[in-house]
Amino acid sequence: MKAAQPEALPIAGGTDVMVDINFDRLRPAAIIDLTRVAELNEWGMDDDFLRIGAGVTYTRIIDELADRLPGLAMASRTVGSPQIRNRGTVGGNLGSASPAGDAHPPLLASDGLVELASTSGSRRLPVREFYVGPKRNAMRKDELIAAFLVEPAKGPQQFSKVGTRNAMVIAVCSFAVALDSERRQVGTGIGSAAPTPVAAGEAETFMEAVLDEGRLWERPAPVASSALARFGELVAAAARPIDDVRGTAAYRTHALAVLARRSFTWAWDEYRRTASA
Amino acid sequence: MKAKPRLAPPAVVSGRVGDAVQRPDAALKTRGDFPYSSDLQVAGMLWGATVRSPHPYARIVSIDAEDARSMPGVQVVLTHEDVPGRNVYGLEIPDQPVLAMDVVRYWGEAVALVAADHPERARRAAHAVRVEYEVLAPLTDPEVALTEDAPKLHPDGNITRRIKIRRGDQNPRADVVVTGEYEVGMQDQAPLGPESGLAIPDDGGVDLYIATQWLHIDRSQLAGCLGLPPDKVRLTMAGIGGAFGAREDLSMQAHTCMLALRTGRPVKIVYGRAESFVGHVHRHPARLRYEHGATRDGKLVYVKARIMLDGGAYASSSTAVIANACCFAVGPYECPNATIDGWVVYTNNPPCGAMRGFGSVQNCYAHEAQMDKLAAALSIDPVELRIRNALESGGSLITGQVVDGPVPVAEILRRVRAMPLPPAVTSEHLDLTQMPGGVSNTTHGEAVRRGVGYAVGFKNVGYSEGFDDYSTARVKLSVVGGRPRVEVHTAAAEVGQGLVTVQAQIAGTELGVHDVIVLNADTQVGSAGSSSASRQTYITGGAVKAACEAVRERVLALAESELTQLSRDGAGGSDDWRLENDAIVSADGTAVITLATLLGEEVIEETREFRPRRTSPLDPETGQANAHMQYAFAAHRAVVDVDTELGLVKVVELATAQDVGKAINPQAVEGQLEGGAAQGLGLAVMEEIQLKDGVIRNPSFTDYLLPTTLDMPPVRIDILELGDPNAPYGLKGVGEPPTISSGPAIVAAIRAASGRSLSRVPVRPHDIVDS
Amino acid sequence: MRVGCTVNGGRVTADDVWEGESLLYLLRERLGLPGSKNACEQGECGSCSVYLDGTLVCACLVLAGQAEDRDLVTVEGIGSADSLHPVQTAFVEAGAVQCGFCTPGLIVATHDLLRRVPQPTTVQIREALAGNICRCTGYAKVIEAVHLAAGRMGSS
Repeated sequence: MKAAQPEALPIAGGTDVMVDINFDRLRPAAIIDLTRVAELNEWGMDDDFLRIGAGVTYTRIIDELADRLPGLAMASRTVGSPQIRNRGTVGGNLGSASPAGDAHPPLLASDGLVELASTSGSRRLPVREFYVGPKRNAMRKDELIAAFLVEPAKGPQQFSKVGTRNAMVIAVCSFAVALDSERRQVGTGIGSAAPTPVAAGEAETFMEAVLDEGRLWERPAPVASSALARFGELVAAAARPIDDVRGTAAYRTHALAVLARRSFTWAWDEYRRTASA
Repeated sequence: MKAKPRLAPPAVVSGRVGDAVQRPDAALKTRGDFPYSSDLQVAGMLWGATVRSPHPYARIVSIDAEDARSMPGVQVVLTHEDVPGRNVYGLEIPDQPVLAMDVVRYWGEAVALVAADHPERARRAAHAVRVEYEVLAPLTDPEVALTEDAPKLHPDGNITRRIKIRRGDQNPRADVVVTGEYEVGMQDQAPLGPESGLAIPDDGGVDLYIATQWLHIDRSQLAGCLGLPPDKVRLTMAGIGGAFGAREDLSMQAHTCMLALRTGRPVKIVYGRAESFVGHVHRHPARLRYEHGATRDGKLVYVKARIMLDGGAYASSSTAVIANACCFAVGPYECPNATIDGWVVYTNNPPCGAMRGFGSVQNCYAHEAQMDKLAAALSIDPVELRIRNALESGGSLITGQVVDGPVPVAEILRRVRAMPLPPAVTSEHLDLTQMPGGVSNTTHGEAVRRGVGYAVGFKNVGYSEGFDDYSTARVKLSVVGGRPRVEVHTAAAEVGQGLVTVQAQIAGTELGVHDVIVLNADTQVGSAGSSSASRQTYITGGAVKAACEAVRERVLALAESELTQLSRDGAGGSDDWRLENDAIVSADGTAVITLATLLGEEVIEETREFRPRRTSPLDPETGQANAHMQYAFAAHRAVVDVDTELGLVKVVELATAQDVGKAINPQAVEGQLEGGAAQGLGLAVMEEIQLKDGVIRNPSFTDYLLPTTLDMPPVRIDILELGDPNAPYGLKGVGEPPTISSGPAIVAAIRAASGRSLSRVPVRPHDIVDS
Repeated sequence: MRVGCTVNGGRVTADDVWEGESLLYLLRERLGLPGSKNACEQGECGSCSVYLDGTLVCACLVLAGQAEDRDLVTVEGIGSADSLHPVQTAFVEAGAVQCGFCTPGLIVATHDLLRRVPQPTTVQIREALAGNICRCTGYAKVIEAVHLAAGRMGSS
């Protein structure tokens, strides 16, 4: 269908698209309803990855996948309201590619993949390559997002979002961290603080080195506060925030450093607890 | 046959003053069966849409509606040339055009109208109207508006009103002086019901079904704009989805009537939320500069204040808002010397007007921050300092007016202080919902500090400065189905506050009748005045009471003349007769005669107006006057937890004590105290219309944030009923004080938790963390 | 286009539906069910909450066409003119209704909460209703109403 009408706008949960239609910002010539495509609503294992259909709602992620994808489940819990979570999807977040989408940081932190489908086949793209600009992604006009793939968590994960209200709020900035105790890697994702969601590569490398050098994976001990502070600084430095109605660039930079320090500490504390158990 | 939309059928209410009577429309509302103004429908109805200015200040060069007129489904496109009467209206100053003529003065100002057979067609046609503008540099700084060189936005200049209050010594000396500059951002009333209504042309006139706060002021403005005599402009109230001041000014009323009269068909207009943000006035943003002088033991010697309100493009009720802001500038305290200067000016920002609290909200932030500063400078406990200066009965305001009746300022402060504090959050079992930031998972307790803050505020009830404030009620007693029934008819707007229930309770009490029905409000009865200024229970309640008293007199006279001596024997003197339990009863409660028997087919109907005591205008040089007829006082205590590294705030608890004189409906009174506090919380920590060069950047609920269930804490309430001797049943207006001191208490608590001086609201995270 | 679905137990169809219409518009303007409200039309206030195939959603965020052949329940389908649902009665008695514009959405959201969590804690109530904005009540009596309804429904 998409190949026949590349200008057609796909809609699933409608939590982004309908707002634009109701507010006169969008008048697509045609709309494709994806909620009836059964495969998009399923999830399962695909080799070592969890393959989750683009139409799986945030509520289902919380209810069905919290144990395997704790970071994404935490992010899902912060999305909108129950009504929004019942309809909103990660597929929608990816499709609109807004830097404020709550699903992006956990996907980045877990090195997820996006599976795109068209009449000529399907392809998988690392999430880190999927965001190309503000509200722009790497999809071709004849493609639809079929699924996203991510490994079940191999260590503790955290997600943290700053907003000026306790519910239904678009992130002023957000941060995800994922510990991979098998590969001894630290994954990160930043939201609402750059033209696209971004990972904090230098911060990741820095902390991996700290954990390696201190042999902390094998003999878990608290990470030095100076290292945590440096981690926070590096995360903040990876952001390119702006001033807008929700917050200032300076505040976002400051807040990211705080979120990074805190959420890494919680994840690492959980690792220490479970490692010693 | 006149087409009529379906309106809510009135329901019988049984109850008396002082009961927690259920409102008659609650069941309908829970079933989705209560027709609001946006639900109205009639056959053959057209939909209206409005073309609005994309510029805050521009000259209109030309309007080309050719393309729009020829689009499918479009019936008519109207501009200022099509206004049948005078193209101007206004609550206090007639300065606002129905449709812009040669200039637009704010972003979103109405320029043209479309009527079409489907709202989408009307919207598309509105987009197709081509307006050519000569864009002008908008005047957006009220301080600049005050200067000689500023462009004159209106023919008489930019100063809408200037207030001076001079009391006592103008050069007083004090032991301690504290100063401060405060800023209050623009809040929106954000009632959930959008601006909407349905106009049906008929008989050379028009029937307008509308959600509004004052039917008769709408009618008189509409009559002028439509070039019709008032009796040809017939207004009927439709269901109102909240108001809070947003429905005092005309929004789409004239537009919808114009389209209906022109097309000869019913026309409905419903604003979307984004349009609603430009469709009504907002709370005046304010800059307040204060200086407090006190003795060493904390007694106020003087207050000097300079208050600047940004009135935006049109006057609305600005002249009254600045008067309030100045009259109550020092707060509910004894202050022997005062120098208050206030201005409200025109700018090209969105027009501002009435919002719950009406000028007393802005100055409360300032005077309460000042009292806390004084307390700190003097090392006196902040509540103690307030109590020391508390206004008392027989004391006087800075306007010279002596305040009579109960004035429990000290008492309400003591009461909120005495309430037990909520328990600290224990870190044993992490519950994210108790943390600042909530389930967004920003803190597990790190850097969280608790703070407690207090504030007290007050304002007038009713209209001021000599305004002829009155209401009208028609009360009819008859027998229906063998039972006596009272019908109450007023034009008073039930906006959600429970006025419809209160009217019934008053009638039930005065006439002792079980079955009372309050008819829908319309212009077939005299004016009830506005549902604003916390005045309706007092003034419309007073009118209902007066009309009932007149009915009662006639009932008793009828009984006197009808009953023979024989049947009266043993019934006691008729002087002791009263109406109770659907009957006339004697002093000991025995029924003399049932109303059903006495009345039979007879109908007794009386209409009365009610006026509270008169007020006088402020002296233009000194601001001295008995300008108000009643004052209402409330105090708040706020407990907050602040994440001091991220600047996120959780309001843990609000506590309040308020004197309501007499709680006509205690449950409804609680509802006002709880709901008003939520609006205060909103302004304190999250609500602001953000402007850039006169353009609203956040005209949606995505970025104009209202408190949710996860933001609003429990409210601990202490209601005092001290009885105002001048008011019906001793009652006091209730609705606004909860919105006045709640926000300042929250900000005081945030200051205590964070150590920041915080001179601006709403408080944002970066205000708390900025070093 | 034509849209056919089941609403409150009955099959209905609407013709001449514009493709960009929301389910909310369909319900209010074409199917004679104005109980669901249009306070924001962007999913931020919950006043248009309905059940779509048994799931609580904002009708303003569902395209009319997406409702084709689906099962809808609106506030009009909860309780009846002759007998209110216990949730509705509780809202009336607790004083949780002021202007009432948010009430239909709250009724549906509360109904949804109580069938999933019959005896919710106050925290659970606040979280479940965080998508329903009320401007009049400050939520205190709304929460009381939910507890009241839960208590009555639990003991019946």
